[in-house]
Amino acid sequence: MNRRETLKALLLASASSGLIATTGCTANRNPSDAGKRITWTSLDSNYSYGRTAVEQIHDENLLQQSYFNDHELVTIAILCDVILPAENPNGGALDAGVPDFVEFIAKERENFKLPLRGGIMWLDNHSTENYGANFVSITESQRIEICDAIAYPEVQDANLQPGIRFFSLMRDLTLTGYYTTELGFKDLKYEGNTPNVWDGVPETVLRRHGKQYDDKWLSKCVDQSRREIPAEWDDDMKLIT
Amino acid sequence: MAQNSYDAIIVGSGAGGGMATYQLANAGLKVALVEAGDFYDPADEKQRTQLRFPWESPRRGASTQRRPFGDFNACIGGWELDDEPFTTTEGTEFMWWRARMLGGRTNHWGRISLRFGPLDFKRKDSDGLGHNWPIGYDDIKPYYDKVDKLIGVFGSNEGLYNDPDGFFLPAPKPRLHELYYIDGARKLGIPVIPARKSILTKRINDKRGVCFYCNQCDRACSIHADFSSSTSLIFPALNGGRVDLYTNSMVTEVMTDETGKATGVLFVNKKDRSFNSLHAKVVVLAASACSSARILLNSTSEQHPQGLGNSSGNVGRYLHDSTGASRAAFLPELMDREIYNEDGVGGMHVYTPWWLENSNLDFPRGYHLEIGGGMRMPSYGFGFAVNQYNEFLGKRVGGYGEQLRDDIRRFFGARLSIACRGESIAQFDNYCELDPTEVDEWGMPVLRFNYQWTQNEISQARHMQDTMEALLESSGGIPLGDKPGIEDNFGLTKPGEIIHEVGTTRMGNERSTSVTNEFCQLHDASNVFIADAGPFVSQADKNPTWTILALAWRTSDYIVDQMSKRNI
Repeated sequence: MNRRETLKALLLASASSGLIATTGCTANRNPSDAGKRITWTSLDSNYSYGRTAVEQIHDENLLQQSYFNDHELVTIAILCDVILPAENPNGGALDAGVPDFVEFIAKERENFKLPLRGGIMWLDNHSTENYGANFVSITESQRIEICDAIAYPEVQDANLQPGIRFFSLMRDLTLTGYYTTELGFKDLKYEGNTPNVWDGVPETVLRRHGKQYDDKWLSKCVDQSRREIPAEWDDDMKLIT
Repeated sequence: MAQNSYDAIIVGSGAGGGMATYQLANAGLKVALVEAGDFYDPADEKQRTQLRFPWESPRRGASTQRRPFGDFNACIGGWELDDEPFTTTEGTEFMWWRARMLGGRTNHWGRISLRFGPLDFKRKDSDGLGHNWPIGYDDIKPYYDKVDKLIGVFGSNEGLYNDPDGFFLPAPKPRLHELYYIDGARKLGIPVIPARKSILTKRINDKRGVCFYCNQCDRACSIHADFSSSTSLIFPALNGGRVDLYTNSMVTEVMTDETGKATGVLFVNKKDRSFNSLHAKVVVLAASACSSARILLNSTSEQHPQGLGNSSGNVGRYLHDSTGASRAAFLPELMDREIYNEDGVGGMHVYTPWWLENSNLDFPRGYHLEIGGGMRMPSYGFGFAVNQYNEFLGKRVGGYGEQLRDDIRRFFGARLSIACRGESIAQFDNYCELDPTEVDEWGMPVLRFNYQWTQNEISQARHMQDTMEALLESSGGIPLGDKPGIEDNFGLTKPGEIIHEVGTTRMGNERSTSVTNEFCQLHDASNVFIADAGPFVSQADKNPTWTILALAWRTSDYIVDQMSKRNI
């Protein structure tokens, strides 16, 4: 069974079976023999991007810690998958390792810890009241019913407000976690962050938006064919090269 | 010459310290440059953050205590330093940014490089508030000219009296959202011109590269195509062989002799916590307006009982920062836009200088507008409130699933923002002083700030909000969020938040009301100079760096001249 199929099996799992997380990067989270697993791509734990020694130690400490227990991580993973499902050529939140990202951010940001942990508890309470079991243990269609109820901030039902707030936070973190990965960049078709010679908005785009560069403005702009010619000015501050 | 004895000691390696180092070393002086932070070169692969992708960071570029502008930002330091706290008086909300690295705050600034204009040096003449500078535009113009050519700045000559022309490199073409802004501003009769930034859109020498348009000047440039004090001034000076660089060295005091003149500095080596001293004929403080004031106030002696240079009681006084306010809008015409690389240079390509000189307004001085927006690289925070603009389209906000991918693409880059930066009036009662009881990790008394905005700044912020709203709407935008009102000072930033602190050692002709003379030389000690923004009498609505550089060059020329005449 490949990973994607495992996931589907999981989401169709019956209410009584517990779910075990595997992140592949933490030894204390071995899958049980239950065979019901939700999996996600684990994120690298080695980072090197111009850190000072103090920052390096700070990050390594955080990466070694855990904050969420398995149940919490599985709940987060299921929500990530609801928010950005895997059935897409560019993968979903689980393919992009978003649960690991959410945990990292929660570890670093005190103000996320309680809303996430408490939000999961709220979700389980709500799920137990309405469907007799924790969120991870109810059926997929029951989970979707809950998500439909808490996914829209305009909903006024006072009883649902904590859940709506929690879901909004999970949506924010899931989208950020996904769109800041290579999969997300591909999904967005992002272009940028690469050396280039900017020479203005493409002509086709200008036309589509009914805009154009006027000559007076253009006369102040760089002639990119001369960018390597060293600048010289006359005494009237006029660039002559 | 003893090993730790120099012609000049320069404290701090930001814009002013870098320029003083470059000029004094080139004039043949033996220089010690003392920096409280570590060595830094963005070309060093181990320190590089430029051109990295968000997934290279576990927090995807989110801010941290040590890098509040995001963890790819080049500036190491921030608002809260564990080893260097500060305090405030009751009711003061001052924010104080410190950089602790070679190049100081030039590693993260927006590279916005604006000359002060003739009016900016003599504002008391026009509105009766504050004080005039002892110098005028003509005194500093030759130095602005030389700074333009040495360091490089793009812009355009517009013939505006108080936003003077310069020796500019050509400007980058506007981005799409900037074209919307240009049209919107013109409809309202508000001027908009190419930005002025110290980024090399054209080659200026064989040492520094030409901009490759990654929009990441805030990450410091690995080819040195933007101005940082380290890459543009200090490295060339170090190569000349007359400069000894002391890093991780926190100066706590200027030592003086029985005549009251400086003999050198005391500093703590932060690596081994040892106390050390350096000796020199001249001491130049360029540690930033507040840090230099702190060192002066901590340098007490029989000759300088109130602190060095403080016989007037003015050290730390007249501290002032730029005013600021900002607003963003959703630009429906940029929905579902074609995606292409529009990184451009770091930050804006166009801006609006102050345009209401001599208008009848209920506040003094002015402000300029900085324009933001575009298809920025996703980093932490991207996708938050993903489809909040649905509110304006009669569609439902929130949800989950595949539709969110469409929302992300639909709204990517459909945004226009404006930030205002204005001039506040320097006040005697806005100041920093030594806290009477608290010391930092290095045993030095910390600074305590006392600062309140006046009605002038609040009224200015109200005008900013009206202007921004009108411009955003005129550009086709729908302003976001509630317009800030009187209950929150019209969105006026906190003092210190814009990181343009100036005025703490202001210059003047009167010894009783100023700390330095027009050459940034202490009235009380002829061989001590200030090369940061402390000597500014007023700050204009212009970002201070270009004036720090010009003044530091002028001060350096004066030091060389006075040394050659054996006056110091």
